[in-house]
Amino acid sequence: MSVREDLADRVPGGDAGFIVAVLLGVYAAYVLAGVALGYSIRGQLNSVAVLTFYIGVFAMLALALNLHWGYTGLFNIGIVGFMAVGIYVMALVSKPPAGTGAAQIGGLGLPLVVGIVAGMAAAALLGALVALPALRLRADYLAIVTIAMSEIVRFTFLSGTLEEFQLFGQQVGFGGGSGVILNFTDPMEAFFRFFGLWDSYLGIVTAFEVIIPNNPKPVVDGLVYGVVLLGFVAVLYWLLKRTGESPFGRVLKAIREDEDVANSLGKDTNRFKIKAFMLGCALMGLVGILWLMTSGSVTPNFFRPRVTFFVWIALIIGGSGSNTGSVLGGAVFAALLFQGPRYVKNLVDTVIPNADAPSSFGPAVAPLFSNFDPSPLFFYTIDSIRQLQLVFMGLVLIWLMHNRPEGMLGHRKETAAGIPLTSSRAKGTAHADGGERGGTDE
Amino acid sequence: MGIAETYTRGRQFAIARPGSVLLTLVGAVLLFDLLSGLATGQHSFSNVGSLVWDGLMRGLVVGLAGIGLSMTYSILNFANFAHGDYITAGAFSGWAATYLIAGIGRADVGALLLVGAGGSVFGGTLGIGVTGTPIAVLAGILTAGIVTIGLALFIDRTAFRPIRDADGITLLITSIGVAFALRYLMQFVFDSSVRGTTSQPPAFPLYLVDGAVRVNAHDIALVVVAGSLMLAVHLLLQLTKLGKAMRAMADNEDLAQITGIPTERVVRAVWVIGGGLTGVAGYMFILWKGTLGFNDGWLLLLLIFAAVILGGIGSIYGAIVGGLAIGLTASLSVIWIPSAFTRAAAFAVMIVILLVKPEGIFSGRTTA
Repeated sequence: MSVREDLADRVPGGDAGFIVAVLLGVYAAYVLAGVALGYSIRGQLNSVAVLTFYIGVFAMLALALNLHWGYTGLFNIGIVGFMAVGIYVMALVSKPPAGTGAAQIGGLGLPLVVGIVAGMAAAALLGALVALPALRLRADYLAIVTIAMSEIVRFTFLSGTLEEFQLFGQQVGFGGGSGVILNFTDPMEAFFRFFGLWDSYLGIVTAFEVIIPNNPKPVVDGLVYGVVLLGFVAVLYWLLKRTGESPFGRVLKAIREDEDVANSLGKDTNRFKIKAFMLGCALMGLVGILWLMTSGSVTPNFFRPRVTFFVWIALIIGGSGSNTGSVLGGAVFAALLFQGPRYVKNLVDTVIPNADAPSSFGPAVAPLFSNFDPSPLFFYTIDSIRQLQLVFMGLVLIWLMHNRPEGMLGHRKETAAGIPLTSSRAKGTAHADGGERGGTDE
Repeated sequence: MGIAETYTRGRQFAIARPGSVLLTLVGAVLLFDLLSGLATGQHSFSNVGSLVWDGLMRGLVVGLAGIGLSMTYSILNFANFAHGDYITAGAFSGWAATYLIAGIGRADVGALLLVGAGGSVFGGTLGIGVTGTPIAVLAGILTAGIVTIGLALFIDRTAFRPIRDADGITLLITSIGVAFALRYLMQFVFDSSVRGTTSQPPAFPLYLVDGAVRVNAHDIALVVVAGSLMLAVHLLLQLTKLGKAMRAMADNEDLAQITGIPTERVVRAVWVIGGGLTGVAGYMFILWKGTLGFNDGWLLLLLIFAAVILGGIGSIYGAIVGGLAIGLTASLSVIWIPSAFTRAAAFAVMIVILLVKPEGIFSGRTTA
């Protein structure tokens, strides 16, 4: 414990420096792997952009979850439902009206910003709806209610009933199982046009032709979007840090430690919990929007519970209760557990090209028994890395819960006091407030 | 005096529990709508009868699988999110045995053991069914129960026992890890396709006023198996010391240990009973609905949670009654709302129960 603590202290720049150092390490590893794979510059930049994207979204989701679980002790396992509501409502509001060009179902045709705000508001409202019955009860009831809610959301968007309907005199809809096409203005373009920087952005894209001769725009778009996401991470980090240090945040921490005590001090804990829950849900809606806004289309089956599971692993790796830990956990999860196995697959595929990987488990195992040939099983394993990576994540989660439930930085409690409590170390650390997590689940 | 007293008591009840009153009102309105619909011919009796029958069957599966969940929930004090994947594991193992016995000599053994992964063998062409291949089905039921018991014990040993004293949420998160590892391991082995497993079972019509409710052989098999297992569990818990020990543990584990109850052994017994019932429930679920996919157990799990909470955690009768209620809700809700929302209706019932009577219908009667 103390080793990590010292490490974080010794890195110049404190927490932010630590995060940057980890990120640089991750990127270096990816670039080296790219070199080993013989990627072109275009491929390298692309893989960096994809990695940045996932680091950004998982860090943000872990931050939002940390507000729920780490600060307030609310066990939310319906994250993906709030994300779905965010992007779907945003699409509904911002898609151009039916009949103006696109063949698909229309939307209300309002500006993107309005759509984003509406999506976040809808996610927050859904959060309030879920929280009202469940917050008064045990933590595991909230878990069951939230995950049930996230599945209800998915089935609702899948259903044919809401495929198309009338709203404010417009023919709108959620597209059922085939999903919605996000045919609004390219968010990047809207973003830069808003600041009047679109032309200069296009100029920068053209400048990239020096490095990438043909069609550099998708690559630059990806990179810039990644940077924008990291900017959002920074804003969210700052926002949640401020929230945590505010009187509001102190009450949340008090609720996490002992709700009865907070209650007896005259705090209406239910109101605080609902507010914190709604804020976190709105942020999850925002991440849902940021994740899918540029992907062109959304289908309901993207929002399977596994995404929630990813975010939980990210938070637990980083350590719940710590914002720095959340960002770190998001980055480590995205780099090692989420993108890592796919990279390994690519590496193996380059070293040993396997044109004839068996299509199912039977043909993969049969040669092992008949003539001790493990290679088909090996190729099948490599080929189905996307399923096995979930198995691996499950095992990682079990291991973490057994051996390090506090994660990388979770032992660092952010103290509720506004002034430093220790003289030698100005930073609030675990030793300051001695209270252990617990007592929130009753 | 009697009237006045009743009135006062009624008013006090309405003030103290507005939710219950509202719930009763909503129930009454729905019932009235259903009855008037039947009277005016808007709904046909046979249609409603079919829905009720379907709901009862679904409820039996949910209730049978719910007993195990309810027992571990009350005795080990955590919501086991891997329970749904125990169901799937039971289903796959049992169906592998059924396929093997029904199809040996007619198809490749590997394909049979993988329950026809990749469309290599189809249950329909093997003629699998209670009437067509009774021995294969019986072997499947036994295999499903035994494999699931083994799996539950193994997972308890490796994942849950090392952190037995941790709080419920730590165990819950661990069980989520177990659930994902299991589910995708099964997908890795058995692939992600949804396959048909049975041939059309023989059915006979039960005449009801204006039409027929069709009941098939697999419905009957489900009723027999689920009914006898539920009765067996009831007798086991009522007549043996184990039942008493389980109640004691659910109440207060430390006290039970001081009294000399071998708590670890009781926990093992709980996994054996719960795991066996869960595995058989998984097998019967697939036999009844005729298709098998790696997500089946997970999708059923949320309904099971609803049933267990509805019935009151820890009560096996609660799990059974809750299961039937949830099954009926899911089936009958199509009368009023689009069929895509049946699941949502079942969850809504659960949420309403959480609001009105969070301790469940059979609250306080833990495990027996």
